[in-house]
Amino acid sequence: MRRLQQSGLMLVVLMLACATFAPLVWMVSASFMPSGQAATFPPPFFPRQVTLDQYVSLFTRLHLGRSLFNSIVLSVAVTIVSLLVNSMAGYAFAKYRFRGRAPLFKLLIASMIIPAQVTMLPLFLLLNKMGLINTYFGVIIPGMASIFGIFLIRQFALSIPDSLLEAARMDGAGDFRIYWSLILPLCKPILITLAIFTFMGTWNDFLWPLIVMTDESMYTLPVALANLSGEHVQDTELMMAGSVMTILPVLLVFAAVQKYYIAGIMAGSVKE
Amino acid sequence: MGAEGENVQQLLPEFERRHPDIRVRLQIIPWTAAHEKLLTAYAGNATPDVCQLGNTWIPEFIILNALEPLDQRLRSSAGIHDSSYFPGIRETNMVDGILYGIPWYVDTRVLFYRKDILARVGYSQPPRTWEEWHDVCQRIVDTGPETEHYAMLLPTTEWPPPVILGMQTGSRFLRDRDTYGDFSGPEFSRAFTFYIDFFNRRYAPVGLMSVTNIYQSFAEGYFAMYITGPWNIGEFRRRLPPALQDAWMTAPLPGPDINTPGMSLAGGSSLVMFSASSKKDEVWKLIEFLSEPEQQVRFYRITGDLPARTEAWQDTSLTENPYVRAFLAQLKHVGSTPKIPQWEQIAMKVQDYAEIAARKTKTVQQSLEALDREVDLILEKRRWMVNAR
Amino acid sequence: MRVKPSRAALVVFLGPALAAIGVFFFLPVLAAFVMSFTDFDVYSLGNLQFVRFVGFRNYLQLFQDPLFWKALKNTLYFLLVGGPLSIGVSLGAAVLLQSRLVRFQSFFRFAYFAPVVTTLVAVAVVWRYIYHPRFGVLNFLLGLVGINPIDWLGDPAWAMPAIMLMAVWKNFGYNMIIFIAGLQNIPQSLYEAASIDGAGAIQRFATITLPLLAPTTLFISIITMIGYFQLFAEPYVMTQGGPLNSTLSLVLLMYQQGFRWWNMGYSAALAFVLFAFILAASVIQTRLQRKGGE
Repeated sequence: MRRLQQSGLMLVVLMLACATFAPLVWMVSASFMPSGQAATFPPPFFPRQVTLDQYVSLFTRLHLGRSLFNSIVLSVAVTIVSLLVNSMAGYAFAKYRFRGRAPLFKLLIASMIIPAQVTMLPLFLLLNKMGLINTYFGVIIPGMASIFGIFLIRQFALSIPDSLLEAARMDGAGDFRIYWSLILPLCKPILITLAIFTFMGTWNDFLWPLIVMTDESMYTLPVALANLSGEHVQDTELMMAGSVMTILPVLLVFAAVQKYYIAGIMAGSVKE
Repeated sequence: MGAEGENVQQLLPEFERRHPDIRVRLQIIPWTAAHEKLLTAYAGNATPDVCQLGNTWIPEFIILNALEPLDQRLRSSAGIHDSSYFPGIRETNMVDGILYGIPWYVDTRVLFYRKDILARVGYSQPPRTWEEWHDVCQRIVDTGPETEHYAMLLPTTEWPPPVILGMQTGSRFLRDRDTYGDFSGPEFSRAFTFYIDFFNRRYAPVGLMSVTNIYQSFAEGYFAMYITGPWNIGEFRRRLPPALQDAWMTAPLPGPDINTPGMSLAGGSSLVMFSASSKKDEVWKLIEFLSEPEQQVRFYRITGDLPARTEAWQDTSLTENPYVRAFLAQLKHVGSTPKIPQWEQIAMKVQDYAEIAARKTKTVQQSLEALDREVDLILEKRRWMVNAR
Repeated sequence: MRVKPSRAALVVFLGPALAAIGVFFFLPVLAAFVMSFTDFDVYSLGNLQFVRFVGFRNYLQLFQDPLFWKALKNTLYFLLVGGPLSIGVSLGAAVLLQSRLVRFQSFFRFAYFAPVVTTLVAVAVVWRYIYHPRFGVLNFLLGLVGINPIDWLGDPAWAMPAIMLMAVWKNFGYNMIIFIAGLQNIPQSLYEAASIDGAGAIQRFATITLPLLAPTTLFISIITMIGYFQLFAEPYVMTQGGPLNSTLSLVLLMYQQGFRWWNMGYSAALAFVLFAFILAASVIQTRLQRKGGE
């Protein structure tokens, strides 16, 4: 009886996994098909001949290599900068006492409900005045600080015993040294989680790079892909190759650091 | 943009060969994103030096003072002259008498039809007047149960057909120096009623569901006539089965009566020079190059886009193409839409209300009045600006 | 004991973050608010003289715009049908994975979560082909069980459901993880006690799991609702708001008004109306579920 139940459950779980994976598998499979094969009836699930033509096209004819480069540069840059900025602020909110700390923090948390789209038009005009449109900084600078990141770090930092800091201060360590040599190492788990969130969030970001980058040599992968899909609606296989190229890096990163990412979501959800 | 962007690449090496000191950097944008990309570029002071611009967009960029006037250059040009262009087309590039764009390729809408189906109902010639038009539709629809087929395809996602019909009745769409909508005026009402009648009498299907693949449906005889542009000559040839290649033809649009030739839309794209460019002389050389009859013919052969230069039409690839003849005839009777920045937005509204009227959600009268109300709202700012001067 | 920091320390540690948030978030929000009371548009872009203060006119116009109501209807449709569907699937998946009978749990967790980390644009492109009326795998599979091909993205009645299905596929893993965390907090002993009392699996689920999951469910409902109100990328990539405006969402309309037509004042007003909706919905939802819990 139990065996039957178990098999039944496993079957359902397996079917759901298949349904979840199937589009991704098809995407990879179609990316290796020669042009035109995917748009036949019945739709093929596996390529009759495997070819790298589509990927070659992407890099030679359509210069997707440049977009790949842009995505990597931006994701890495934003991650590093925001880790620094957010951890400093999160630490300050956790361990420093200053006037207005509580109301300020509450204000920041409350403002998380404001949808980002509200800011995009004026932000665009502002960056325009500053000459930052169509530059890497146009993405890096607004992405520098994240309220969610500050929140996560503060939560974590609160659990660091004050005695540790006191001891360090008695030893004569200055503020920055305490932060750099004591706090940061202790925060490693949450920093890793935040780094992954930020990296993947920046990689997948679509609307803002779409608005800020006016020149195609500055497009990130998602924007380049959307651009392509407007043009090459008929070229199924080519588009699948583009999608694979866009998704693969993040999927690999995620597979490697699954544990941390999922822990991060759980940490963020178990709120007050 | 689009296909032109991809294909112009083939012409550029020749240009760079003749002008070794000039390098052309090409950027291709899909049509769906082009409008916002260009405006964003303008806002970000990142406009290109030269650009292909759909001629209905030219007014917008003129208002922004983004385009460089080209009269002077045209006058002193050895290669291009005023007379090189169809008057109706050239006119779309002029605002307040000043020329801002050089037509690159032209586009207009004509009737594509199934010769065999029309012949079967007694029409060896395509309809030439509105009366004949409705008559041939009635005959086609009468040959069998309604649900099986229609006579005409009029997707309500396309604003040109109702607008073209409005042009034919002499509507100017807007009034009072283009500050108010005139869609409920007598001319457009007449045209719009004629248009909606296609749906009411079941000559044309309502809604998109039925036609996912135009070419397939045309081949199957699901509809016999369609108003569309030159790019479909190539597409029809490519996608219709060999058996049907002889069964279709193009023709100029029917007009309201035998004495009034049917007008159509003066469309196409022009080459414009942005006033922020620092390389205006080089840009002009490129424009002149792309306007050479030889280059125009070459471009036509690659893309199927009809050349803007009348001289280019002498080429055999055009004179021997039976489908192109209708376009040549039509181009002599084309008109432009109001040259205001808001036209694009207004055209979208026309589509919306065509849909509403076709589905009988509102009557023709109600739809046009509602359309005018919305158009008036869109034009409010323009009214203020025009009256302030 | 918390330390009172020096001025310098405060500036160094809080400065960058607060400056960035202040200048690149709060300032634009304020600017958008002000802009929503003007008629800033493409003319103003060319010449700042052409801006007028128009009070509440943008807001009033918004409420008279049939497109706004259409977008609102579409967004609510997406929210009220897609939302519960997504949460239901997440809960189901979480319960499945938490069952002691299931093996290879972490592999399946990865499988269910994978769509979440994929780039939305990329999967929208893939799904566009899956939904192709003639060559798409979905219609092919449906054909195998005798269902006629549906023009998923071309039929106004099916386009939004198509987008919903894709959104559920993409997001259910995220909420599933949170549900798992919530489920793990329920003491096993409660279930054992109920079993001993003769309660079946479904009864256990209804009387123990659901009530104890209530705070988690509330949290998930709110974040899902906030996310779904902001539907944009899927219709942008797959349907451009069509066919016949059946997939036009509030944010897509805002984008079109703001970046395509440059009616920036109008667009800003729409943004704030959206914000107001989200705020109201969060408050209502919180109240309702708190009441239900008592």
